[in-house]
Amino acid sequence: MRASDLLHPRPEGLYCPPGDFYIDPVRAVDRALITHGHSDHARPGHAKVLATQQTLDIMAIRCGPGFAGTTQAMAFGEKLQLGDVRISFHPAGHVLGSAQIAVEHNGLRIVASGDYKRSADPTCAPFEVVPCDVFISEATFALPVFRHPDAAVEIARLLKSVHQFPERAHLVGAYALGKAQRVMRLLRDQGYDKPIYIHGAISRLSDYYESQGVALGDLQPATVEDGDKRDFAGAIIVAPSSSFADRWARRFPDPLACFASGWMRIRQRAKQGGVELPLIISDHSDWDELTKTIRDTGAGEVWVTHGREEALVRWCELNGIVARPLHLVGYEDEGD
Amino acid sequence: MNRFAELLDRLVLTPSRNGKLKLITDYFREVEDPDRGLALAALTGDLNIASVKPAMLRQLVAERMDPVLFGYSYDYVGDLAETVSLVWPETPGSRPNHDITLAEVVEKLQSASRSDGPAVLARLLDQSGVSARFAIIKLVTGGLRIGVSARLAKQALADLGKVEVSEIEELWHGLSAPYAELFAWLEGHAPKPEKAAKALFRPVMLSNPVGDGDLEKLAPADYAAEWKWDGIRVQAVSESGIRRLYSRTGDDVSGAFPDVVAAMNFDAALDGELLVGLPAEATGTFSDLQQRLNRKTVSTKMQAQYPAFVRCYDLLQIYGEDVRALPFTARRKRLEAFIATLDPGRFDLSPLVRFDDWAALEEMRRAPPHPIIEGVMLKRLDSPYLAGRPKGPWFKWKRDPHTVDAVLMYAQRGHGKRSSFYSDYTFGVWSGAEGAEELVPVGKAYFGFTDEELKQIDKYVRDNTIERFGPVRSVRADRNNGLVLEVAFEGLNRSTRHKSGVAMRFPRISRLRWDKPSAEADRIETLRALLD
Repeated sequence: MRASDLLHPRPEGLYCPPGDFYIDPVRAVDRALITHGHSDHARPGHAKVLATQQTLDIMAIRCGPGFAGTTQAMAFGEKLQLGDVRISFHPAGHVLGSAQIAVEHNGLRIVASGDYKRSADPTCAPFEVVPCDVFISEATFALPVFRHPDAAVEIARLLKSVHQFPERAHLVGAYALGKAQRVMRLLRDQGYDKPIYIHGAISRLSDYYESQGVALGDLQPATVEDGDKRDFAGAIIVAPSSSFADRWARRFPDPLACFASGWMRIRQRAKQGGVELPLIISDHSDWDELTKTIRDTGAGEVWVTHGREEALVRWCELNGIVARPLHLVGYEDEGD
Repeated sequence: MNRFAELLDRLVLTPSRNGKLKLITDYFREVEDPDRGLALAALTGDLNIASVKPAMLRQLVAERMDPVLFGYSYDYVGDLAETVSLVWPETPGSRPNHDITLAEVVEKLQSASRSDGPAVLARLLDQSGVSARFAIIKLVTGGLRIGVSARLAKQALADLGKVEVSEIEELWHGLSAPYAELFAWLEGHAPKPEKAAKALFRPVMLSNPVGDGDLEKLAPADYAAEWKWDGIRVQAVSESGIRRLYSRTGDDVSGAFPDVVAAMNFDAALDGELLVGLPAEATGTFSDLQQRLNRKTVSTKMQAQYPAFVRCYDLLQIYGEDVRALPFTARRKRLEAFIATLDPGRFDLSPLVRFDDWAALEEMRRAPPHPIIEGVMLKRLDSPYLAGRPKGPWFKWKRDPHTVDAVLMYAQRGHGKRSSFYSDYTFGVWSGAEGAEELVPVGKAYFGFTDEELKQIDKYVRDNTIERFGPVRSVRADRNNGLVLEVAFEGLNRSTRHKSGVAMRFPRISRLRWDKPSAEADRIETLRALLD
């Protein structure tokens, strides 16, 4: 069997004929294997869903308890036979519960890695290298210009700015699932013990992270009851960046817009978004992590999806690895 | 180096002036000598480092990475310095165990010869992290472009030492990088540096544009008016045999104007407009003046063809006496007497314009007697000469810009945040005989429109493309089809490089004329009539 007979793109998503399932389908299907809880990968409406328990919990929080007909939780490393195919889930290091999915048939192993990163993250299990014949890699930051610095250094810059501008409120834009909790955990790791104020959109997921053993410290809703603006002077507020343009942000004194994202590596992206303090913190692999991971898996063939496919394909060619873009549609860079 | 790099990164993204000042003063407070002084010199443009051309940077990168991957990267980022700083390969072990300092970087770059410059740069990039690489490349390619003026940097110094910024500006030309004695004074460890040097720059007095309703509040009798000459502002200072010609930002431009400097056989500081021509007979245009600008040296032929002179309008010091505190009328009186003693081929007096009321002055402003007059200046009779741009004593009232209706011919994709928009427009006007008209390009503009208008033009370009050449699209433009742009510009120069024979100064899109048929756009003769 050729690899493309084991897994190939269909309009619904990546399909496995011998196992009759889809991985991260973008439309409702009969059986879906979900890598992680970001909404472009985890959509409601499938009849049967297989995912890690944490991903299932997150889907229930985000889409409501009836998000699928039936669900089945997979532990990391556990193997399951679906038709002629054996599948297993392995940590991807992207967000809490995120997994790579290995698909095996007659000695041919394909790993669909979903979104992944290699750098340390105190809020989720670290990426595990799964040797394979074909590795399916994301390409969100697949350009040599993307090199993420140590996240701790970025958090230190935030704390320095809070110290420098004590009269202003530091508004940190961060995606509600994963990034927000990682930023807060990293702040605690550097000894920041004041309350962190959060936007309503991230409170339930933060509670869930707490319940899974990720201590986030004192989180307070960023609301003003009878108090006044000055209550937020010197404070750190974590919120989805989309909320900055809302009237919601007017409650803060001279807010200083920060944004925690891998995109912040490019100065124009920061400038365009009106970001004053870019924090280059990403839950996706940078260029060096992507190329290292491809080497680590030992894969002879790489399929590249969502992002800058052409650059990663070019790198593979230069390094004697067969590569092609998958042209899956429907994935954005949500979560970064 | 990392602290300097971090400062640059923050300054670029901090819009507020106070925020920038805070960042710079904090940097001066935290960083030791000589790094902070070198950073100051970099901000004020006083750091001399042999420059590296963009082509050399590309060459260095081409030796180190796949050109296709570099191409993807540069296309995405849109800025060469930034792209190179990001993609520069990091080899394990090439970084020293301490962070390289700004002083080390400057020392290595300054001592590099022309031939080993690229190798020295490459080695520095090998030894640095990503943001330090960006800062180093900015230093060697010249122009930090971080939205910080020399004056703002001096204001930060003033804030650091809690002194007036004019105190810093007056001292400035007697000091040099790394400014250790300046910082020592500002931090209270040492006395104020002596003004030992002669012929120092005096901070200039600047004017505010006349805004709506400003004139109604002013009494014409309180003000003197002068023509606003379209040259460059200079300060000619001669003291104890030292002669300096400064630009309005305090740059020493003496080297480009030996003819003027040779005639500065006086003891005074004069404020005026540098122009070319023969004062009594003819005043040259701005494009004539441009022949003389931005040169380190100038040939005798050039000096003969475009002789330079200063049209004086203020007197700051004379025979060792500082007269800046005197009212305008008193300074003017002494200036008039003094100019009469100078070489009339190199120095003349900017005449006063008599007027009774604002309406009369407005008429003269609209129809000035000489093509290189770009408006009028208003100066309060009782005002002392003050550093900076105080609101009230001086106003500039410029001529309205010229406008022309032109047809969009080509559109080019922008860079960076405009990389997905066709945002640079080449436009033309009609030429040729009736029935055989064709468009001839007359200029290019990439601002003046709103974000919303940019979207509309971008859509128009995409819907009306007839040909593509790389990032450029040729847009349908004939007698029946085409988008008419109203283009505003400050002046027109003759040009041998353009087919049309004209080059616009400061062109920008002032209005989109969706309503106007392309055949009714202007003709080239309209523009040529504007040439003197």
